[in-house]
Amino acid sequence: MELNGYHCAGEGCAEAEDEDTAGPELLRPAGGEPPCSSAAAGSGEKAMADGPAHRERRISNSTPARQRLDSLKKSRPPFPWFGMDIGGTLVKLVYFEPKDITAEEEQEEVESLKSIRHYLTSHTAYGKTGIRDVHLELPDLILWGRKGSLHFIRFPTQELPAFLQMGRDKHFSSLHTTLCATGGGAYKFEADFRTMADLQLLKLDELDCLIKGVLYIDSVVARGPPECYYYENPTHPENCQQKAYNLENPYPLLLVNIGSGVSILAVYSKDNYKRVTGTSLGGGTFLGLCCLLTGCSTFEEALEMASRGESTRVDKLVRDIYGGDYERFGLPGWAVASSFGNMMCKEKRDSVSKEDLARATLVTITNNIGSITRMCALNENIERVVFVGNFLRVNTLSMKLLAYALDYWSKGQLKALFLRHEGYFGAVGALLELLNSS
Amino acid sequence: MATPGGTNRASHSLDKSITLPPDEIFRNLENAKRFAIDIGGSLTKLAYYSTVQHKVAKVRSFDHTAKAGVQEADGEPLYEISVQEEITARLHFIKFENTYIETCLDFIKDHLVNTETKVIKATGGGAYKFKDLIEKKLKLKVDKEDEMSCLIKGCNFVLKNIPHEAFVYAKHADSEFRFQNTRPDIFPYLLVNIGSGVSIVKVESEDKFERIGGSSIGGGTFWGLGALLTKTKRFDELLQLASKGQHTNVDMLVKDIYGGAYGSLGLTGDLIASSFGKSATADKEFSQEDMAKSLLHMISNDIGQLACLYARLHNLNRVYFGGFFIRGHPVTMHTITYSINFFTKGEVQALFLRHEGYLGAIGAFLKGAEEDNPNQYSWGENYAGSSGLMSVSPDLNPMQRARSGTFDMLEMDRLERQLVNLPLLQDPSSYIPDTVDLTEDALAREYWLYCFEEALDGVVKRAVASQKDQPEAAERAEKFRQKYRHKLQTLRHQPFAYGSLTVRSLLDTREHCLNEFNFPDPYSKIKQRENDMALKYYQKVVRSLEELSWEQRQFALVRGILAGNVFDWGAKAVSDVLESDPEFGFEQAKQQLQERPWLVDAYNQWVERLKGPPHKCALFFVDNSGMDIILGVFPFVRELLLRGTEVVLASNSGPALNDVTNSELQIVTERIAAMDPVIQTAVKEERLILVQSGSSSPCLDLSRLDKVLATVVRERGTDLVIIEGMGRAIHTNYYAMLSCESLKLAVIKNSWLAERLGGKIFSVVFKYEVPSKAQGLH
Repeated sequence: MELNGYHCAGEGCAEAEDEDTAGPELLRPAGGEPPCSSAAAGSGEKAMADGPAHRERRISNSTPARQRLDSLKKSRPPFPWFGMDIGGTLVKLVYFEPKDITAEEEQEEVESLKSIRHYLTSHTAYGKTGIRDVHLELPDLILWGRKGSLHFIRFPTQELPAFLQMGRDKHFSSLHTTLCATGGGAYKFEADFRTMADLQLLKLDELDCLIKGVLYIDSVVARGPPECYYYENPTHPENCQQKAYNLENPYPLLLVNIGSGVSILAVYSKDNYKRVTGTSLGGGTFLGLCCLLTGCSTFEEALEMASRGESTRVDKLVRDIYGGDYERFGLPGWAVASSFGNMMCKEKRDSVSKEDLARATLVTITNNIGSITRMCALNENIERVVFVGNFLRVNTLSMKLLAYALDYWSKGQLKALFLRHEGYFGAVGALLELLNSS
Repeated sequence: MATPGGTNRASHSLDKSITLPPDEIFRNLENAKRFAIDIGGSLTKLAYYSTVQHKVAKVRSFDHTAKAGVQEADGEPLYEISVQEEITARLHFIKFENTYIETCLDFIKDHLVNTETKVIKATGGGAYKFKDLIEKKLKLKVDKEDEMSCLIKGCNFVLKNIPHEAFVYAKHADSEFRFQNTRPDIFPYLLVNIGSGVSIVKVESEDKFERIGGSSIGGGTFWGLGALLTKTKRFDELLQLASKGQHTNVDMLVKDIYGGAYGSLGLTGDLIASSFGKSATADKEFSQEDMAKSLLHMISNDIGQLACLYARLHNLNRVYFGGFFIRGHPVTMHTITYSINFFTKGEVQALFLRHEGYLGAIGAFLKGAEEDNPNQYSWGENYAGSSGLMSVSPDLNPMQRARSGTFDMLEMDRLERQLVNLPLLQDPSSYIPDTVDLTEDALAREYWLYCFEEALDGVVKRAVASQKDQPEAAERAEKFRQKYRHKLQTLRHQPFAYGSLTVRSLLDTREHCLNEFNFPDPYSKIKQRENDMALKYYQKVVRSLEELSWEQRQFALVRGILAGNVFDWGAKAVSDVLESDPEFGFEQAKQQLQERPWLVDAYNQWVERLKGPPHKCALFFVDNSGMDIILGVFPFVRELLLRGTEVVLASNSGPALNDVTNSELQIVTERIAAMDPVIQTAVKEERLILVQSGSSSPCLDLSRLDKVLATVVRERGTDLVIIEGMGRAIHTNYYAMLSCESLKLAVIKNSWLAERLGGKIFSVVFKYEVPSKAQGLH
């Protein structure tokens, strides 16, 4: 995990112990449990595999580790620690809530900081559209020598003005913190941040952040549900189930980020990657078309409709044209020959439901992403594909479809991998840049 | 692939009115032998093979042996001309809307008299639907063929046989259509067929192809989703709608997310980040036009991207697009081209085909006609009988509605000879015969179209005069006039109709139209008279040349060819002179010539070369009859022979203007041989041979020459190519690069062209080129 350039929970423990000897005021174990044991207890195969090396390093590295920590203490940015990813549709916000605050710190903590901390951590919804994904929260995380929880919050990009208003009301600017932001919105709304909330943004490249975030989160998640997983038996729906995947040696890796649009990156090492291509047919297209076709207005609503629909009434299948498989070209009868092809015919247009249309939209967009991804993987000669982005949020249909499509059309050569924090990696990557900001 | 909808009662009653007389559509139907039909979602393509009987002028030598040497005195012509009937093979392809299918089948049934065929090959999604109707009406058994293999077969056929079949589409360029040259090797290529879905096929050889991929997002998606989003039901209307829309109102662009460009990735602000991304925000109405446009972009970009990924994976750079999504629609050709350019950064060009809509029918036909071995022959597009490429958009194409609008025709003539590349082309794949592309050069186009229109009266007059004995000739000539004028009008509006518009294509179209109305050789008598006349002077010319010193003679020989080349009925300036002054002679012609230094003057290098060792074998593409061939070319050839150089004289297989044809040249050569022992010996020893070029054009396409000629050239180790005349050395081949020495000589008999080249009328071009060593090596 050192490979990824980040410290795993285990290593964090080691540093915390060092810190303990340096100054007890810094250590305040959360929940009264020694952080080290909790990390060890929660570790899956990953931490086990890393065990011996990690122990060894703890002994031999104690002095350099302390030096590192000392320098960390000096360079450590002041709270609050935020990372932001302002996308075309959603703003993703990660917030590190320190849980090891000393009495002294508590006393010194300015009112505005406290208010922000309490506001964010005591709610799970903000306004009408802001949501904290509680299930994704990473507790007992040690970041730059501090222990706390990483919170994952999102709200629609169009609500950004309200967010800025809140920042102003809560005197965010008085905290003299740097706000690390990535995504297109970091550029588009930079001036708004300055004029509306008196905030200076540190703008970061979204793909850099994305990769940093993926590698970091994968390295620190040692407990609970595995961060990286795949679908076993994707071609057999009845036996298809999630399985943990060890992403320890991830390279080379095709990283497919499905937000409003899609970016496909080939990652060869932590700082060697290229954007292979992208497509404008992404999550925004799914939702946009669904809104137009069904009158729905939210992603959840669209997905819910899709789950009840039948795409084969909308799409024209190979068997609709050839009566069965098109054997000459190895095309199975169930394959879609023409997405929305049945809708050329008026009678069929009149007979489909909104649910069918939502489902067909989902299947069309998902299959297309699968198809482009597969071609990129072939061109780049990469077998491992990680799908991220908020299009996959609560979207098991698409994930299973991607898993299926990649497996089927590559004859088992390609593996579709998914990450639990699917949409937040850019924001996490941005947060990690905070350390370099001062 | 089948598209539903189609015929209902209401449209049936409208079907009966075909705007063109059916016998002009289904030409030569009475001789039709074999049928194939391709029924698509909205269009039917019918193919049949038919024989065409038309008149040809034949020349036959009189028996002079009995009275050798006498004819000069009594003025009797040296050969006779007779018009004979000849039967040639022709392929007919007709495209019409499915609603006309019943009317058309009825017409075919009534006119089908001579056919022995029992089956009709059928392909396309609609073949099944109309199977019973066809079998009932035509009493032919419908034999279904696989759609994809027909498509590929048809594609191979047009790529091989139709010059300028493929084109690049550039919406904002001076000419939207940039035609590609026929390549000696058409394989491998990628065919992206955009029907209701997309099939991506890699074609490696005539019989080897593989569907390497595809996509379900295709024409059906545009149509189906478009119909849902806009309530517009027809595909064409959806495209119309799209062409009026603004996709930026519906799509989320990079700048909508970034406020500008995403510079570090080189993504411009106007790039679509998320198709339909703006419609995800509720409570907003979007215009039908905007949604259709967004949909069009989404689908075109997606197809383009996948095509590029497949092209890259298989290392292919020729990608042809077809299918109903593309078929002549400027809107989709533009968006697909844009997408390909974007995704490959210009490395791959999107190619389209002029006869894309016919591929399935052609392929199905070829499958049924294998016993006729159509692939063993070369075929040529008949400009007289083919509609040419029509823009579908009425805005773009005002001619369309005036014309039938519903019926489109393609005719291919079987050529008597198989055509191949001249083996001496330096780079056959980059060879372009034509010097000026009138599709791109608007000024030149204007001039030449005007020029050909002006010359039309004279051609009509000449045609009538050539058949004085036939009273209905005037009527036919009038029909010819109308047809050719109409072609010229079409070309004025749509210069791209038959591929690149060139002087050659204008000349060839005229020849095709003349043939169409049974004027196979309007100049036959003029040629005969001029040959007779020139022969009388041959010996005198040769004698006077022999009196000259070597240096003087070489110059006189070149001047002789140039003076002979003034006698050109194809050039208006000259035909006016010849018409008014029949006594205009060889010496007078010499007076007209420009003095040295000529406009292009490599004479000194040529003479220097002649001082060196003789050439092994010279290939001479000759031009006009009469003075040109007899008093210009033959003395020059004689000198080459005396130097020890073998000579191959290449002349037209069929008549064109006053150009000497192969059969005429044979008689002329016999006559000269009888007078000149040098020629006689050379003929006997086969050091002088005559070959056909395989062409019937006043111009010359070195990539389509008779196979026999190519063989002779190779076997003889030809190391000098001489191309004579304006049509062959200026309008075409002026820039042709050969792998051996070449001589291009002509007199510019058109002041506009001379001016363009920086000279005056009767300027001389004498271009002698020696390939550099490095180029000569391969």
